Amino acid sequence: MSRRQKRMLIRIIVSFVLLVVAKCLSFDGWLGYASFLVPYAVIGWDIIWKALRNICHGQVFDENFLMAIATIGAFFTGECTEGVAVMLFYQVGELFQSYAVGRSRKSISSLMDIRPDYANIEVDGKLVQVDPDEVSIGDIIVIKPGEKIALDGVVVEGNSFVDTSALTGESVPRGVMPDSEVISGCINQSGLIKVRVTKEFGESTVAKILDLVENSSTKKAKAESFITKFAKYYTPCVVFGAVILGVLPPLISGGGWANWIHRALIFLVISCPCALVISVPLSFFGGIGGASKCGILVKGGNYLESLARTEIVVFDKTGTLTKGVFSVTAIHPEKYSEDELLEYAALAEIYSDHPIAASIKAAYGKSVDMRRVANPQELSGRGVCAEIDGRVVCAGNGRLMAEVGAKWHECHKVGTIVHVAIDGEYAGHIVISDELKDGAAEAVADLKNQGVSMLVMLTGDSKEVGESVGEKLNMDQVCTELLPVDKVQKVEELILAKSDKGKLVFTGDGINDAPVLSIADIGVAMGGIGSDAAIEASDVVIMDDNPRKIPLAIDIAKRTLRIVHQNIVFALSVKAAVLILGALGIANMWAAVFADVGVSVIAILNAIRALKVTNK
Amino acid sequence: MIMKKVFKVQDLDCANCAAKMEEAIKKIDGVEDANMSFIMQKLTIVADDDKFDDIMKKAAKACKKIEPDCRIVF
Repeated sequence: MSRRQKRMLIRIIVSFVLLVVAKCLSFDGWLGYASFLVPYAVIGWDIIWKALRNICHGQVFDENFLMAIATIGAFFTGECTEGVAVMLFYQVGELFQSYAVGRSRKSISSLMDIRPDYANIEVDGKLVQVDPDEVSIGDIIVIKPGEKIALDGVVVEGNSFVDTSALTGESVPRGVMPDSEVISGCINQSGLIKVRVTKEFGESTVAKILDLVENSSTKKAKAESFITKFAKYYTPCVVFGAVILGVLPPLISGGGWANWIHRALIFLVISCPCALVISVPLSFFGGIGGASKCGILVKGGNYLESLARTEIVVFDKTGTLTKGVFSVTAIHPEKYSEDELLEYAALAEIYSDHPIAASIKAAYGKSVDMRRVANPQELSGRGVCAEIDGRVVCAGNGRLMAEVGAKWHECHKVGTIVHVAIDGEYAGHIVISDELKDGAAEAVADLKNQGVSMLVMLTGDSKEVGESVGEKLNMDQVCTELLPVDKVQKVEELILAKSDKGKLVFTGDGINDAPVLSIADIGVAMGGIGSDAAIEASDVVIMDDNPRKIPLAIDIAKRTLRIVHQNIVFALSVKAAVLILGALGIANMWAAVFADVGVSVIAILNAIRALKVTNK
Repeated sequence: MIMKKVFKVQDLDCANCAAKMEEAIKKIDGVEDANMSFIMQKLTIVADDDKFDDIMKKAAKACKKIEPDCRIVF
């Protein structure tokens, strides 16, 4: 509890004791009023003061004013005990509410407790702690066991295990050794490591993630905008209703003023919209916090809202459903030896970052003399071309072969086939195959169980490879041999085909598919750590590369939305019920205070449930 | 140059007030976008850098009008 909250607690206790005393003494006449005014002043002076001050500022319908009028009104209608008690109860509710909000704020921020406070730098053989902001690229930072890695970098010395769970939700620690990349926000577990910093703190993973999560509340969900708009009209309407209720019936029936004004005061107490206004964004924020605990970053409440209505899920194959780690499984040369063919292919692919290139280079295994390669070109969706020892070598798919005029043929093996042409003449092909990711099949099954009506897989790979993967995973539709442009087109078609309310989710690894990520209703980037483009273009980032996080994200979204709807319905119906009962003279002011602060406390407690996510 | 700045807000006690403040700040001349996060207790303003000081003065004034106890920390 903060100091302000403690002071309020003392005021509540003192006021309560004084109220009991006044009740016991039960003086008559003005002395009676005075004895109740003392506890009232203790508990309510600040409310009255704020109400007066805000009226001077032109703020009429604020809750202080409404409470002040309602309680003072109670005094005038002779209900002194009620006047004090309602104010007391209101303050108890407010205190509880501020405590609950504070607690949930703390539990959300503790989830995101990944900000490193310092980095160790070696100066003259001694370790000095500095602000991560002051470390520049190329500096060597030292991370002792148990410390957080402050900045992204590459290990230069030492072996250890790092715990990435705060970022990825993955509980198995990752082994690191010299030359492995490490990301900020992870915790070094076993050994001392020295890391050469590759990114400034502002650009490092941890700063990006914190920025993303903290900004998520700026992207408002529809439910949230609806509630703020509703609140704007709700209060004036209820106050207007109160005026009519207090004036009209006694005028018509000619009497019973005290009774009707008392009923009008009940209206005033209920007219504060705070319960709704707090609980909706708090639920969304809880959902976002809970998701980030599982390594799923959601950029705003609006995306949770969309995710809950997922109708079509489109996957990019490589890196999303398959490991994206290809290995060469066969070499079928023509006129050359296997080693020669592999060597040419490896040289041609030398500058390419494509996973296929990496696997060819890995299969070649020898260090490459870069001077032999000239004029390297990457042809999007087709392959690569380069001049090697003065000969034009093209490596890629059938389309590339046709373009350079080489007479190529299919391979009987299923896999990604890299054809090689040397000086326009077909030189053979290399077969590369990719493995399905663990959990890919389960992810697809989970999505179907969640009621996703269509699952589509897009790939630039050949028909055979794409279809065999699609069949294994039980996809509804498989589109193969697509260029990045075709993928955009295909997703646009699917968006037109879905129902108005349903949403399309595209999941890719963020490499080459930024345009698709941005046109989909929700772009999900997978294995997002370290890829800035993916983090920027997508709406949801899955930090590790587990495909089961997609159904989990949808689960979290649905749960959060359910909580939001519960809160809206609950708060509105309690308020409506008490308004009606109050107008009929059945509900008293106690019920009204419950409908105000009681409901908001319950709604806040319900909102906190959104934080708790069961990670399957 | 359009800049985005984030400020801490102290003693922001009421979610409805936060919504009102946000709306008031959005109406200030030169403000492109504003967000008052009750949960994070943070105010984000997107506006032209040249006018920022002026805008912040107006924003502080607008907030004071709605909830006098609440303070933007510069």
